[in-house]
Amino acid sequence: MAFFIETLIGGLMAGMLYSLIALGFVLIYKASGVFNFAQGAMVLFAALAMARFAEWIPQWVPALANPIVANVLAFALALGVMVLVAIAVEKLALSRLVNQEGITLLMATLGFTYFLDGLGQTLFGNDIYKIDVGMPKDPVIVAESLFQGGILISKEDLYSALIATVLVALLALFFQKTATGRALRAVADDHQAAQSIGIPLSTIWIIVWSVAGFVALVAGVIWGSKLGVQFSLSLVALKALPVVILGGLTSIPGAIVGGLVIGVGEKLSEIYIGPMLGGGIEIWFAYVLALLFLLVRPQGLFGEKIIDRV
Amino acid sequence: MRRVGEVILDVRNISVQFGGVKALSDISFDVREHEIRAIIGPNGAGKSSMLNCINGVYQPSEGAITFRGQTFRHMNSRQVAQMGVARTFQNLALFKGMSVLDNIMTGRNLHMRRNLLWQALRWGPAEREEIAQREKVERIIDFLEIQAYRKTPVGRLPYGLQKRVDLGRALAMEPQVLLLDEPMAGMNVEEKQDMCRFILDVNEEFGTTIVLIEHDMGVVMDISDRVVVLDYGRKIGDGAPDEVRANPDVIRAYLGTQH
Repeated sequence: MAFFIETLIGGLMAGMLYSLIALGFVLIYKASGVFNFAQGAMVLFAALAMARFAEWIPQWVPALANPIVANVLAFALALGVMVLVAIAVEKLALSRLVNQEGITLLMATLGFTYFLDGLGQTLFGNDIYKIDVGMPKDPVIVAESLFQGGILISKEDLYSALIATVLVALLALFFQKTATGRALRAVADDHQAAQSIGIPLSTIWIIVWSVAGFVALVAGVIWGSKLGVQFSLSLVALKALPVVILGGLTSIPGAIVGGLVIGVGEKLSEIYIGPMLGGGIEIWFAYVLALLFLLVRPQGLFGEKIIDRV
Repeated sequence: MRRVGEVILDVRNISVQFGGVKALSDISFDVREHEIRAIIGPNGAGKSSMLNCINGVYQPSEGAITFRGQTFRHMNSRQVAQMGVARTFQNLALFKGMSVLDNIMTGRNLHMRRNLLWQALRWGPAEREEIAQREKVERIIDFLEIQAYRKTPVGRLPYGLQKRVDLGRALAMEPQVLLLDEPMAGMNVEEKQDMCRFILDVNEEFGTTIVLIEHDMGVVMDISDRVVVLDYGRKIGDGAPDEVRANPDVIRAYLGTQH
């Protein structure tokens, strides 16, 4: 029983991190109807910026050598860089593609992926860097009185999951409860109509891509401090694909539940079904689950079912 | 109550081309303040193209549009909205995932003084503003008699009601000129009557100038002050409903040539 709960908690915490990346996809999809292929590249770019700024700041200004100060400044700088990226995306690409088909915009983000991968490594280098924001590495053991030996929880995962939860909750409120959120949803539904009532498309897009950049930065910092900042970080985004398929591309709660289901599913399946299939199923389990979902409920758990008038 | 006033919108020699196809050639007409002005014509006459020019969706290849003394040729929809022109759409363009209330609230966007970043915090002044805007929106909801559907996602409403929400969203902008693109298309008789009543009420109570497109002559003749008739991108008639009805070119366009 204790082992089961331990696996479950581990899965939930990993799932929260998948949700965080999936959220980047959902945000941009909701507000511009674009499936942003570049989300993974943005995570890598943001993490690279953060890691390198944290390293460079004490070199530039020795007075700022304090690791907390350096990290906070690096985070702020990296955020600034992501906002610049958002402005560039809007000015150079999106503003020229108003009212175009989704597939055109998807191709634009595909190109943007390669550009950002290259730019990031040119500006910030292509080694393996580390981000050290003081995440505790040692695990804790809880509920020793209930189970023999207690339940082992990784503190790092726990903190990451908490940060992700708070962020997700804030973004959900922002989208549902504020006038800006409403304008964002309006733009997502219909560019033309949104313009006709005077919603400024360009401002909205810059806000959305900045928020997505912020989410990418947080995801990049958390994943980067776990795995190190390197090119493979951009592949973490692939993990978010089954999450958005499961949860629905248009739903923030969907991204959360989808992430948790995938996280828990992966861990439990590895332990309870894995041995029957010779193990190693954690790698592909999520994708198979997503595939099954596409057959049964293509709009995802919480996605909007699109019914067109014919 | 309402009195037709000065010319508020003046369309001069507008031509629109799509590649080799001339959608509109050399169209001129004016719209006076507080009037209901209809643009009619058979399918493909260029009515929607005309509306899209006024709305800034299409850029005319020739000609200019003067709105309240300001002449423009290259405008985008947002600038036109800022000048006080609202529109509804022929094929509904509501924000499908959102509730009736939220849809109409988006129409208040231009009236929100706090910028988007302030609104994002939803705190203090931004919160008070949201409440003030909500009151105005509730009045529109009452006016259009859609109180019961306030929280319903618009995608689930029947077509006639969706058209009403579309009108509500445009009204929320408190426009000076309201462009209606086939507000009665696809409606049954009862829904058409309701819509006519709303259009007349908007015109009378708020004094909003209305430019209306329809290809059904009957309804239009009853509610409009003056009518422009288009056929194959040309203007073939302009005047009061009775004049237009008697115009031989118009009769020919609608009934075909007499042999």
